[in-house]
Amino acid sequence: MPTTDAILEVRGLSKTFPGVKALQDVDFTLKKGEIHALMGQNGAGKSTLIKVITGLYKKDGGEMLLDGKPFECDSPEEAPKIGISTVYQEVNLIPNLSVAENIYLGRQPMRFGAIDWKTLNRNAAEAIKKLDLDIDVTQPVSSYSIAIQQLVAITRALDVKARILILDEPTSSLDAAETARLFDVLRKLKSEGIGIVFVTHFLGQVYDISDVITVLRNGRLVGVKSVDELPRLALIEMMLGKSADEVECVEKGAGEAGDAVDAECFLRVQGLGRRGAIRPFDMEIHKGEVLGLAGLLGSGRTEIARLLFGVDKAQEGRIFVKGQEARLTSPRKAISLGFALCPEDRKSEGIIADLTVRENIVLALQARTGIFRRLSPKKQEEIVDRYIKALDIKTSSPEQKVGDLSGGNQQKVIVARWLASNPDFLILDEPTRGIDVGAKAEIENLILHLSREGMAVLFISSELAEVIECSGRVAVLRDRVKVAELPREAINESNIMKAIAQTEGQ
Amino acid sequence: MSFNPACLKNENLGKLVWPLVALFAIVVFNVIFTPGFFNLEIKDGRLFGSLIDILNRGAPVMLVSIGMTVVYATGGIDLSVGAVIAIAGAVAATIIRPDYVKGVIEYGEMAPLVTVIGVPLLLALLAGLWNGALVAYVGIQPIIATLILMVAGRGIAQLITEGKIVVFIHEPFQFIGGGFLLGLPVPIVIVAVMLLVTYLLTRKTALGLFIEAVGANPKASQYMGIRAQLIKIATYMFCALCAGIAGLIICSDIKAADANNAGLFLELDAIAAVIIGGTMWGGRFTVAGSMIGALIIQTLTTTILTRGIAPEVTLVFKALVIICVALIQSEAFRKILTGRLAKTEAGQS
Amino acid sequence: MKIRLNQKNIPLLATIAVFFLIYAAGSFLYPGFFSLRVFVNLFIDNAFVGIIAVGMTFVIISGEIDLSVGSVVAFVGVLIATLVQDYNMHPLPAILLCLVLGAAFGCAMGCLIHFFKLPSFLVTLVGMFLARGLAFLLSLNSIPIKHDFFEALTDFGFQLTRKVWIPSIAILFVAVVLLGVFLSHFTRFGRNAYAIGGNQQSAILMGLPVGKTKILIFTLDGALCALAGIVYSLYTMSGYPLACVGLELDVIAAVVIGGTLLTGGVGYVEGTLIGVLILGLIQTFITFQGTLSSWWTKIAVGVLLFVFILLQRYLSSAYSGREARGRDGKKAAQAEAA
Repeated sequence: MPTTDAILEVRGLSKTFPGVKALQDVDFTLKKGEIHALMGQNGAGKSTLIKVITGLYKKDGGEMLLDGKPFECDSPEEAPKIGISTVYQEVNLIPNLSVAENIYLGRQPMRFGAIDWKTLNRNAAEAIKKLDLDIDVTQPVSSYSIAIQQLVAITRALDVKARILILDEPTSSLDAAETARLFDVLRKLKSEGIGIVFVTHFLGQVYDISDVITVLRNGRLVGVKSVDELPRLALIEMMLGKSADEVECVEKGAGEAGDAVDAECFLRVQGLGRRGAIRPFDMEIHKGEVLGLAGLLGSGRTEIARLLFGVDKAQEGRIFVKGQEARLTSPRKAISLGFALCPEDRKSEGIIADLTVRENIVLALQARTGIFRRLSPKKQEEIVDRYIKALDIKTSSPEQKVGDLSGGNQQKVIVARWLASNPDFLILDEPTRGIDVGAKAEIENLILHLSREGMAVLFISSELAEVIECSGRVAVLRDRVKVAELPREAINESNIMKAIAQTEGQ
Repeated sequence: MSFNPACLKNENLGKLVWPLVALFAIVVFNVIFTPGFFNLEIKDGRLFGSLIDILNRGAPVMLVSIGMTVVYATGGIDLSVGAVIAIAGAVAATIIRPDYVKGVIEYGEMAPLVTVIGVPLLLALLAGLWNGALVAYVGIQPIIATLILMVAGRGIAQLITEGKIVVFIHEPFQFIGGGFLLGLPVPIVIVAVMLLVTYLLTRKTALGLFIEAVGANPKASQYMGIRAQLIKIATYMFCALCAGIAGLIICSDIKAADANNAGLFLELDAIAAVIIGGTMWGGRFTVAGSMIGALIIQTLTTTILTRGIAPEVTLVFKALVIICVALIQSEAFRKILTGRLAKTEAGQS
Repeated sequence: MKIRLNQKNIPLLATIAVFFLIYAAGSFLYPGFFSLRVFVNLFIDNAFVGIIAVGMTFVIISGEIDLSVGSVVAFVGVLIATLVQDYNMHPLPAILLCLVLGAAFGCAMGCLIHFFKLPSFLVTLVGMFLARGLAFLLSLNSIPIKHDFFEALTDFGFQLTRKVWIPSIAILFVAVVLLGVFLSHFTRFGRNAYAIGGNQQSAILMGLPVGKTKILIFTLDGALCALAGIVYSLYTMSGYPLACVGLELDVIAAVVIGGTLLTGGVGYVEGTLIGVLILGLIQTFITFQGTLSSWWTKIAVGVLLFVFILLQRYLSSAYSGREARGRDGKKAAQAEAA
């Protein structure tokens, strides 16, 4: 699409990592004063594309043009100099330094060979005001909320006279009001002729703000459409690569198994709470039941999982396991009560990447039996073979490093690890995040299967459809408060959304 | 005994190949240039020869390397081993001659061997407990936590001997450093026993697996119910125990406690041995590799000595060897190297 | 930069309190402790420690560590002595050569750390033994330095009062501290060091020259170590390959006691100065006390370092707790902002 007002053009870009073709022959064009949404599932290649443009990765092939002239950044230091600024999903600021300094790091105003702190602070205060923020710029950035930090990061990005602004999932930690404010800023920038690349997972926001949508899938370009031409369903189909009907391959009717309110109560929680994590809440989970936890990111879902597993200690409330009061002081204690946790952050809290599939699977059971009763190699092999087969873990051998497996298979290894130690209560925190559609369905089926065999399951997921599909009951969280509990017959998307939205009005 | 094929992974064998080649090269050098390098003699039922000598001299390094290996595998490091060696020696010597530092030349009542050995080793364990507690419970970086004891510990050793070199005669104790058992010098026997104990402890129980898990991902290990903190403390205590034993051997061998120089720079030798052996900083460990590493270090030292170069200068060689091995293991280095090679090849063709 | 009274400044305040406490105790217990002369001597006796500590402050602020400092001092001392005594070189070019070598040594370590992603403790540990070995290679024994120019350098200085003489090395120490303060607060280089220590990943993504800064920090550190080696040889008028074993602990202790966080990102060169003076005070105290052996200094430094690390730990955990609550109070902050 050769156009006269295109500022950034990418043609036939490819990038390969060992074993993965992250980008293959991708085209991308950004025009002046355009908000361009970049969409795709996890692993589609959005982040890679951005990182190649900003010079964090080197391209393997293709060309990139800025104002029609070829360019390539050797390092992220160069991108801002040619007018490309980026704000990343994780707020990338230096927590200990002041807001003002964070805005001007690397380009502080100098006077007589020294940093001119007065001018710096004054300029920063002015720049911050442009975004309708009124904060003390001399305070450390870490003393402000994540939302404000995100706006500070944007202030920094804009201050370099950026012509291209790349926003990589800037709204994932913002609430509705904060997002609205950000969008006002974006519209203002757009009217000033800045080209904006906007990466997000939230469909609604794409339709609110963007003009054009580029969809990637598995490192390839699927299509470029203007927003008006692309209805939501079509967009989802482009992202998933299949029609919506096909996606729902989870066994229908299986949900009944997740409904076992009459069965013996396994875990009862009374007024459990921790300051800064979750307000006191009550909860009951029965044997053979799947309890879903729905809520936005940061609503306290993971915090509940951590409290129940003894990672964080509750400051108030009581816990009863099978009718007996229990104190959860450490993960070890929770495990001894039959709890298991598949944590949200798979890489840093779940798998041990350097160890083999076999070792990862037997570790939890081994920790339970103790140091001196080592499982015999034969026993280990038996267990590992059983779970590799049962969960269909795709690995070349049990002795392969877990770090070399795909995300979905890593998740299965973590599940296998706990199944091997035969827990009564399984907490799954975002077990399907970042894994492909097929593996997702398998894990959902597995959850239902386990609950049918009598296991109590706490299932946390950002994807409402999943929660609805698998859960016998759903607890809804908002802003670190448990706001509702929906029984089986009331579980549907609109009820959950209403429960989340209700308190928002208050 | 059932044999687990998993023990003999290609990964592990491959790791040992390069250290073995290096050791072999040094040995070949010696065979050519040092006459009688391979000669072994049996005198009075005791083995003598250059090889035995290297093993005997290398015993302290090998012992400390065993301990350092497990600490290194948990993602830690122990700089205090040299100081612990000095403390162990100082305590042992002071027990034998309690009043020597006050200028009393006469020995008191002959201290029983159990006390002479037991008390220093208990103190060594205490030192390890201190290190481990700082790392595991207080959360101080291992390098700093053990640096405190590295310097202050030598100060403590100096205090015990009041800055003097305590010389002594104590027949039973001298057996540890200078005696023979089954025709072999006792230090070699001690190393062999410690190796066996370590093998049984780490590979015949789940301890080895737990150490690797804790080193590779402490958080995930904790979430699995592994007592990561206890394991870390145990490794530091084990390392200090090894250092303590090494300290007794050194002290018994020279029949004196020298708080200033005993075990000085030994931490470098041990760390070098561990790195050369292929143990990961936080993750997989191989005691066998560390032993090969220790032998390389010791053979190198002996070789340099027989060439007539001052022993202190070996520091330079050792430092260079470590940095080379660390570079070869560094992924970034390999990438740059292969990248350059590919480029020059492309340029030539 | 204004120094606010918040939790992050507590270590620094504690440092100042400790300084006055020891000073007061010494003055109270021993006649002659509270005198200008003793105070000036702190700057003379600890000049070499202080000069290295300034370099180390930057290294630790950037989240790294340098264990090689003591050995580099010994190496430089022996090198100067060898050049001047054995090769009859004039001290001036010898000094310049040492500074260049020190900077190159630091630069090389920085490159290894940055380009090959090796942990700094490993690289500098190797550096520690390498420099020590090189010192031994030059000489196994102490070499006294006798040269007119050297003596002239030592004698250079000015008379403060009738009894108190301020020599060149004390002046040099103060100059290096001032340079450090300037670099840390008023240059991009200094601020980048803070940024790298605060969050290296962010610093990279913010487009800061992370690699260049790191290498420069180690180069500066190496040059300052060499300078300290020169000062040390002026101070002792000799070069000794076994000099300054364990100096790295003293230096790290001075930096940490001065309020620099071992985890990086927070620290003050001003604080380091006070940390160095505290170490000096302990030494003076033990000298005045008379019956304590000098080994107590090492132990006292170890204990003090331990206490300050505990203090940092406690404060940083309290701080992160507050941060979590800060996130909880997101609503409030937003209301405030709107």
